[in-house]
Amino acid sequence: MKTWFKSGSPWIWLSASAVSMSLIMVVGLIGLIAIRGLGIYWPSEIHQIDVKKVDGSSEVLIGEIYDSEIVSRGRLEGAGIKLEGDEQFFDRTLYKVGNREIYGVDFKWVLNNKIKSEVYPQDIVVFERREWGNLYGFIENVKENNVIKPVTDVWSDFQSRVDRAMDLHEQIKVIEKDEIGRINAALERLRLKAKKLELTGSLTPESIIEIEADTAAQNKIYEGLQGRLAALYAEIKRDQVVVKVASGQSVDISISEVVRTWMPNNMGLFEKIGFYATSVWLFVSEEPREANTEGGIFPAIFGTIMMVIIMSIIVTPFGIVAAVYLKEYASQGFITRTIRIAVNNLAGVPSIVYGVFGLGFFVYFLGGNIDQLFFPEALPAPTFGTPGILWASLTLAILTVPVVIVATEEGLSRVPKNIREGSLALGATKWETLWKTVLPMASPAMMTGLILAVARAAGEVAPLMLVGVVKLAPTLPLDMTFPYLHLDRKFMHLGFHIYDVGFQSPNIEAARPLVYATAFLLVVVIIFLNLAAISVRNRLREKFKGYDS
Amino acid sequence: MPKMTSQSNILAGQSPTRRKWRMFNDKAASHLVRLGGLSVIFAITLIFFYLLSVVIPLFEGAEIEKRYEYQIPALTEQQTLHYVIDEQGEVAIRLSEDGIATSFNLANGEVFEQVTLTNEKITSFGRGDPGSGNVVLGLANGSAIAVKLGFKTVFTETGRTVSAEYTHILGEDPIEVDEEGLALTHITLQSNDESTSIVAINESSTLRITKFLKEDSLFEDEVEFEQVNATIGQLDYDVQKLLIDNVQRLMYVADNVGAIFVYDISDIEDVRLYERKVISSDNQPFADIQLAAGGVSLIIAQQSDSVSQWFPVRDENNDYSLALVREFHLGNSLISQVTPEYFRKEFFSMSESGELGIHHLTAHQTLIHEKVSDVKITQLVISPRSNYALLEDAEGKIQVWHVINEYPEVSWSSLWGKVWYEGYDEADYIWQSSAADSDFEAKLSLVPLSFGTLKAAFYAMMVAVPLAIFGAIYTAYFMSSRLRQTVKPTIEIMEALPTVILGFLAGLWFAPFLETHMPGVFAVSLLLPLGVLLFAYLWYKSPKSLTGWVPDGWQPILLIPIIILIVWGAIAVSPAMETAFFGGNMPIWLNQEMGISYDQRNAMVVGFAMGFAVIPTIYSIAEDAIFGVPKHLTNGSLALGATPWQTLTRVVILTASPGIFSAVMIGFGRAVGETMIVLMATGNTPILDFNIFEGMRTLSANIAVEMPEAEVGSTHYRVLFLAALILFIFTFMFNTIAELVRQRLRKKYSSL
Repeated sequence: MKTWFKSGSPWIWLSASAVSMSLIMVVGLIGLIAIRGLGIYWPSEIHQIDVKKVDGSSEVLIGEIYDSEIVSRGRLEGAGIKLEGDEQFFDRTLYKVGNREIYGVDFKWVLNNKIKSEVYPQDIVVFERREWGNLYGFIENVKENNVIKPVTDVWSDFQSRVDRAMDLHEQIKVIEKDEIGRINAALERLRLKAKKLELTGSLTPESIIEIEADTAAQNKIYEGLQGRLAALYAEIKRDQVVVKVASGQSVDISISEVVRTWMPNNMGLFEKIGFYATSVWLFVSEEPREANTEGGIFPAIFGTIMMVIIMSIIVTPFGIVAAVYLKEYASQGFITRTIRIAVNNLAGVPSIVYGVFGLGFFVYFLGGNIDQLFFPEALPAPTFGTPGILWASLTLAILTVPVVIVATEEGLSRVPKNIREGSLALGATKWETLWKTVLPMASPAMMTGLILAVARAAGEVAPLMLVGVVKLAPTLPLDMTFPYLHLDRKFMHLGFHIYDVGFQSPNIEAARPLVYATAFLLVVVIIFLNLAAISVRNRLREKFKGYDS
Repeated sequence: MPKMTSQSNILAGQSPTRRKWRMFNDKAASHLVRLGGLSVIFAITLIFFYLLSVVIPLFEGAEIEKRYEYQIPALTEQQTLHYVIDEQGEVAIRLSEDGIATSFNLANGEVFEQVTLTNEKITSFGRGDPGSGNVVLGLANGSAIAVKLGFKTVFTETGRTVSAEYTHILGEDPIEVDEEGLALTHITLQSNDESTSIVAINESSTLRITKFLKEDSLFEDEVEFEQVNATIGQLDYDVQKLLIDNVQRLMYVADNVGAIFVYDISDIEDVRLYERKVISSDNQPFADIQLAAGGVSLIIAQQSDSVSQWFPVRDENNDYSLALVREFHLGNSLISQVTPEYFRKEFFSMSESGELGIHHLTAHQTLIHEKVSDVKITQLVISPRSNYALLEDAEGKIQVWHVINEYPEVSWSSLWGKVWYEGYDEADYIWQSSAADSDFEAKLSLVPLSFGTLKAAFYAMMVAVPLAIFGAIYTAYFMSSRLRQTVKPTIEIMEALPTVILGFLAGLWFAPFLETHMPGVFAVSLLLPLGVLLFAYLWYKSPKSLTGWVPDGWQPILLIPIIILIVWGAIAVSPAMETAFFGGNMPIWLNQEMGISYDQRNAMVVGFAMGFAVIPTIYSIAEDAIFGVPKHLTNGSLALGATPWQTLTRVVILTASPGIFSAVMIGFGRAVGETMIVLMATGNTPILDFNIFEGMRTLSANIAVEMPEAEVGSTHYRVLFLAALILFIFTFMFNTIAELVRQRLRKKYSSL
């Protein structure tokens, strides 16, 4: 034992355990996110359980299992639950029972020893709704204008009615969002035009008449749309479905509220896989509902990508030029060395500091001045003098420019000397050597830098909270209304979505699966980007290994 | 020959124009790259200078500039009682002893209008809160009139005109204050929406109080009051001044030997004397005594160079007692007058020799102290926005000074020192930047935030440093190179994980988990090293035939199942331990048995989550440093008979220690600036407590929380910029030191 200790072997084992722990933490963390994030759209079985209540009566619950744990008597009693017997530990299960408007809560803990019976009826239906979360129950019949329609196959009739309602809903959305949105934009443009003419003092009676005529024309179209909308709304409200919920009561649900329905207990494996794929697709392609806690995350994905693209357009040329200057043109003295260290260290400056800078300098100073110069007619409502996607991209460009500079410099220094010298000896100028030989050879390094910059930008949240990210942006920064690309708009972002839904939403328990799914998506994207950067870099290193010797 | 030349020219691409073009291209590219490179570097340095430029105004003193000087308008023999200036700084009102109010142009003294407020002889004068504009005139017949000296602004086509407006707040008729009809020698009032209190002293030293309670009238435009009179008593001392606080609860009577009597007048039927507080040590009357903005603090100028702030502090019997809060010494000048500002805890002072001073109470700083007049100044008045000061001198002249003083409430001592805020029992470090109350003063101490930052970073380092450095040592020195090629990138990829995800897991998964499995988590930290050692010993004792198949340098893989088993075991018995030792609920047990308060989102959660975030940073740099130790050093040591562990501790770590040090520095820098994890995994309460079970608020999280709501250009906004600047400088310094250390180490390695 003593010699063993003296050999230092225990310490080696302990330091080995530090590596193991780090590995377990990394893999465990990603695994945790993956399991929780991937599992949420699997159509899990719906349980119907009979629970014994304190007063001896029993209660039927329908729901899916959400979580389970072992809990001590002390904690249960501390939470005010009356217990019988003298066991010290209890198994309990958290059921997602849905039906928020009926029960008040979506989730219920049930002690396993209180469950008297458990069945899995084939015909339990899950209704995903636009409001109030999921509903679990059995379809009794279908109503049209509150009159029961006698049909033979209730399920398929119900499905066709859901499809019809979805169709109408889509039409309503097109009118409300696109067409009315376009009219609003046109009206706003007319208002600003009038204001601008007034400001410049060239508001003539003719132009007033012209603007008023245009406004009237737009309003007329608007009225027409209103009429169509009213008709569509009347149509969509036509059908109801009668659902028997767990407590035995029958509830009328307007079919216009239903997004999707399925019968998980009646599904085969392939059906489940198909359902899962559809759900994942809806998750990435749909807009959020219910204060972001349900529906998809499309605007957040779109906003993140837009921001990263704009940032890349800014950061790539500047980062490369700065690196070329530092490496190839600046005299390699004390000052350049200092600059290099400073640039290096800027990568370690907290990102929130960049956010503060972006808010003060870009938004209030630059944006404020742009508004004064180019958009005086909109004042005091700011156009660029408020957080927006352009400022967010610029802020992140400044934040990530050190990454690009460092990576490019490294790439430049890896280009072997004899290649430069060869080019110069053949009579090429310095610039030609750079442009035709050095830069192409260093381009994978620039790519690495850019990928790392993109990965960092995609995961950064703190500075964005100050310079342009919002929890819910009504419009995307890119759409079909002139001028198509709206750099002044606020946008949604995956990282901020996680923060917002996880910490600011009213029903965190219900929102949690969605946060895990979003987090998983973000992790996958960022790990993928980093792996890409690493492999590009390794390939570059391999490529130049031979030249130096 | 010419043919040859042209051919070689073509070959080398050397036609003269083409050559010129190439040379031009080369030059132009060189200039463009220089310009571009320098501008990017400039843009990056701009961050620092921009932050600095926003912060600097906070620490600038005040500036004053004389704008106008003219004779007192409509000057008579009668002395001035009071001046009031309108909000825009355009019109002023002079109230003189004969009861005449004269409104005049502040810029040139041109008289607009004269109004006689009373024809009775005025024997005393008092005023309420400066923001209200209320004054009260005590008359020779024992009655008083209360007038609001206000202004009304009329917008016309040519612009706006401001004119004086006089409102009798208690009705046109004089109010009977003294039943005996004796002249009032001292008077003061305080008024708010519900009630108005007037206290007065008559010729025979009787102290009386009159309170008016507003009554809802049936007719909307008529206001009715219920008047209650009470006599407090006969005073056996001479009075210098009367004051009432803004909520009409306390009354201060200053006698003429430098003491103050504090009365409770909340119930005028039962006025109580709390105490007689001796302020002046030499029995001298005060030079001046005023209520500071908000009407709680007294600003007392003694007949010396000292001005002090006092306010009532509640003692254990719930009685109020005046406490000396802070004192200003203004050089050698004798103070003649102090004037509080309308809205900020600030006052202007005037000395006998004509020196004007501007002083902020809470920040405890003098912003300017400058001689403005050779003639004695008799009146010193400030405009509501504190941007003009009106000075009346003994020779009948008025001077108007423009004052620029935007950020008086921030000083070195208010940011970093203990500050005794109004209404608190003692000086303390407090961050509280906003509240609903309008009398509220922002409490901007950076100490709790800096403390929280260091606390979070400290606990993160407690988790990260051992794991990262031991891991780095093993990876660089003992691990098989094949394993190293996968392990190192795997751990390094953690660095790229968005911190928002770590924060979310910490806040929503780990914090509740820790709360319910605390004994298990503590058991893990104890059992893990023991379990690993036990396993290692068993491994060592096992026959080679059993252990031989594992090559050296693969221990971590071997340990993974062991560790998972230990962790799982500890968590599984956690409820049992909790029931057995901690009464079934450890957080409650901690609170009741140990007196330690427990927040669900606490420093321990942050320590784990942020430790997780900085492990890869430290690990990667430290591993590089250890791996870079030249092989001949270690080989030499091993050849001399040292064991691998001895070589490691005596040679490798010693050589690489600067690199390890710089790794820790960079990791610390990252922990200090991390925002999302602390934002999501702590309660964000700015407390000064090192308790691991309580949260904190860090500088960065504070910026993220408050910046979107800070008004642009306000003090709060600039202080948040200061917090960002501190973070910037701090991390930049740390990183630079670390970088320099690393560069020296690299040089050392290459010379070895």
